[in-house]
Amino acid sequence: MVLSAADRAAVRALWRKLGSNVGIYATEALERTFTAFPTTKTYFAHFDLSPGSAQVKAHGNKVADALTTAVAHMDDLPGALSALSDLHAHQLRVDPINFKFLGHCLLVTLARHYPGDFGPAMHASLDKFLSHVISALASSYG
Amino acid sequence: MVHLTAEEKSAVTALWSKVKVDEVGGEALGRLLVVYPWTQRFFDSFGDLSSPNAIMSNPKVKAHGKKVLNSFSDGLKNLDNLKGTFAKLSELHCDQLHVDPENFKLLGNVLVCVLARHFGKEFTPQVQGAFQKVVTGVANALAHKYH
Repeated sequence: MVLSAADRAAVRALWRKLGSNVGIYATEALERTFTAFPTTKTYFAHFDLSPGSAQVKAHGNKVADALTTAVAHMDDLPGALSALSDLHAHQLRVDPINFKFLGHCLLVTLARHYPGDFGPAMHASLDKFLSHVISALASSYG
Repeated sequence: MVHLTAEEKSAVTALWSKVKVDEVGGEALGRLLVVYPWTQRFFDSFGDLSSPNAIMSNPKVKAHGKKVLNSFSDGLKNLDNLKGTFAKLSELHCDQLHVDPENFKLLGNVLVCVLARHFGKEFTPQVQGAFQKVVTGVANALAHKYH
């Protein structure tokens, strides 16, 4: 499942379209993750998780920045995300299954907001990209 | 058994009543084959699956998608007894079709994406949450008779 040139181009094009809204969508993806996969909340017991929470929004922005970094470094995701991988593995100690839940909810968020852009080929490219991000994030584990 | 609150049940029923089962079925199955190409292994007899366009317009994919989603609809009418409802289909998928149950989870999540795309704003996090419970329940019921 290598990221082809077409996959990268598709992801970059969509990211350009998202523009400054990446934070909004990442926040929505987080909200969806907490609602649809309640076990993920166990990592955020110290957060206010009520709708519109400023903490969730701030975290959404962090996730957005990391994803934007990933989009800019698709040829070296493990390198670009190595610090984040260390953080999640050794400090936060998040079980990597949870990255998949967030990845899925990101896809759902993008499908909801960009139905016209979310054709099957784009869906496939995004899914591949997120799989690679997740893989890079999990690389420091064990 | 799937545990939906009364609110979740009515949200799921309300949204599903607006779903064009024929179209959504074909779209979900098509996307499964595009996004997770190894799933094509079960559909050698379906003809041209050589590109996303070929897959999405393939009449056998559409017909089978419709079949799958009609089954899913049955599940939605029997949320209190998914294992019973899908017992025969579970045996079929294990004994005759030899389908890895992991694929049911993949299809469930693709269906959620398709619903999000069709319903937009209406597909709130709460509605998504309810549907995630349903697709997990159906996937588990379909895997239940495996041995």
